[in-house]
Amino acid sequence: MPIPDWLRSLREKNVPAEDAALWVRCPSCGEMLYRKDLEPNQSVCMKCGYHFRMHAYDRINALVDGDFVEIGAEMLPGDPLEWTDRRPYPQKLEGDRQKSQLSEAVVTGFATLDGFPIALGVMDFGFRGGTMGTVVGERLTHLLEEARRRRLSCIIFTASGGARMEEGMLALMQMAKTTQAVERFMSDGNLYVSVLTDPTTGGVSASFAFQADVVIAEARAKIGFAGRRVIEQTIRQKLPENFQTAEFLLEKGHIDMVVPRSEIRATLGRVLDYAVDRTRVVPALKAVPEFAV
Amino acid sequence: MNVIVEREKSLHALEERIAALRARDGGESNEEVRQLEASYNDLLREIFGKLTPWERVNMARHPKRPIAGDYLAALDRFDELHGDRHFRDDPALSGGFAKLRGRRVVVLAQQKGRDTKENIRRNFGMVSPEGYRKASRLMELASRFGLPIVSFVDTSGADPGIGSEERAQAEAIARCLTTLAKVRVPTVAAIVGEGGSGGALALALADRVIMAENAVYSVASPEGCAAILWGDAARAPEAAERLKLTSGDLLGFGIVDEVVPEPLGGAQRDAAGFVARVLDAIDAALERLVDRASAELREERYRKYRRIGSWQGSAQAQMASALS
Repeated sequence: MPIPDWLRSLREKNVPAEDAALWVRCPSCGEMLYRKDLEPNQSVCMKCGYHFRMHAYDRINALVDGDFVEIGAEMLPGDPLEWTDRRPYPQKLEGDRQKSQLSEAVVTGFATLDGFPIALGVMDFGFRGGTMGTVVGERLTHLLEEARRRRLSCIIFTASGGARMEEGMLALMQMAKTTQAVERFMSDGNLYVSVLTDPTTGGVSASFAFQADVVIAEARAKIGFAGRRVIEQTIRQKLPENFQTAEFLLEKGHIDMVVPRSEIRATLGRVLDYAVDRTRVVPALKAVPEFAV
Repeated sequence: MNVIVEREKSLHALEERIAALRARDGGESNEEVRQLEASYNDLLREIFGKLTPWERVNMARHPKRPIAGDYLAALDRFDELHGDRHFRDDPALSGGFAKLRGRRVVVLAQQKGRDTKENIRRNFGMVSPEGYRKASRLMELASRFGLPIVSFVDTSGADPGIGSEERAQAEAIARCLTTLAKVRVPTVAAIVGEGGSGGALALALADRVIMAENAVYSVASPEGCAAILWGDAARAPEAAERLKLTSGDLLGFGIVDEVVPEPLGGAQRDAAGFVARVLDAIDAALERLVDRASAELREERYRKYRRIGSWQGSAQAQMASALS
């Protein structure tokens, strides 16, 4: 049974500040969770199964066999529009860097998963709401081009509020850039799998998120094109609770499967196993200098 | 309230007086008329000579501005093809075979209405998934028969309704982009009014992008942007300033290839002439593209969008060398 708001806030206040680093409250069931228990459980609530948003590097660690060779990290955002709203854009970026310990909203690189060499991109909502600016578009395009050259399969985890407003139309054009890169990559016969995590909306959902051969959604993730608020304002009524959830999209036929976080790795392993010819894997592996030991 | 329409009210009295004097003198211009016309032109320049981004947003939304229907009517011929073959025909997006300055093409157009009734029928030019799927279908048709694709963009954005979400608006737009990336024929997009975010881009990933001087093309609507940034949609004029959504800005970024100038006071002051100039610009762009081999076209299209953006780091140099 959900905890009433008054009790929830009372509980929150009862947590001393020094304990906040140790404990986290589940926003779904209200349970106080010990962070040290939460981490090995891939940030899934032990009581109700609520999926906390996951840090990009935690996700990568939980996914790959061994090493992860990052590429594109040297690409960093500029300030092409000299943007300011409440704060200047460079200040916002600095704040996000501190808060998220990331240099941008996506991490890209090479790894193996169940022995299959893959190109892997993981977005993180903790950096500018996972919005796609030039660097996100550029890192992903670079990843897809490198993967195509090496004939690797590509897996991208999405989490995004859409195109990044602070980079204006240059951000919108990343939809065109990434879509083209995916199209080239796929038309060469390479496997592309997207994993949509909470939330995947706007320009990211309307480009590479839904282009994949296999589209997987993490359980309970919010996925859609228009934001919930925009829709509610347009139709002037409240939307049903399950609207734009992974489960809703599965029912409507938009995605291939809904998978709980604990099963994502095994599921990806099976998809790779079905789609990729193992006999091609060894030469491909050798083609990646980082793996050619 | 449209700020341009409000401004125009101050011109109406003068326009009427000039017309009345002319009628009285049988079309002759006497000294009085000439003086009035001079002050009228001064006023025009004062009001419209230098428009702010927000004023251009309002120009793009002007109720008398030429809309897609005007462009379609000015083609040599247009045979509309309907439907997405799955769900319904979306009146917010028209498409079909056409002849433009004698060339055989496939045309796609986002359709606003001229009055409330037509606007409701056409959903104010906001395209639903079935409209984008119709567009993808017609793009593939064009590609199979070697017909260049010409699109007219004028939308505040893709339709944000429940039905559109239920029928996968995101996938429908992504499919349009994918299809435009791979078609083997020349593509020209004309941003003639509002270019509202992904819903506009879905038709505008093109070899050549032409933009009307007072059209706008933006990652988000100024109202939506202001609501997100300051929690106050009334600050839209400020947001319009920051978004860099004018034709001049976008030409500078290389997002738009060519700007078609408008008469002082906006395209609606010489609608037929302006529509003809846009069609001429499209014709000229096609002239330069039609003889190119499809592989070359696609390669250049890829590079064009590959270049757009601005960031720091050595990868920019790497990319430059990879593309050379």
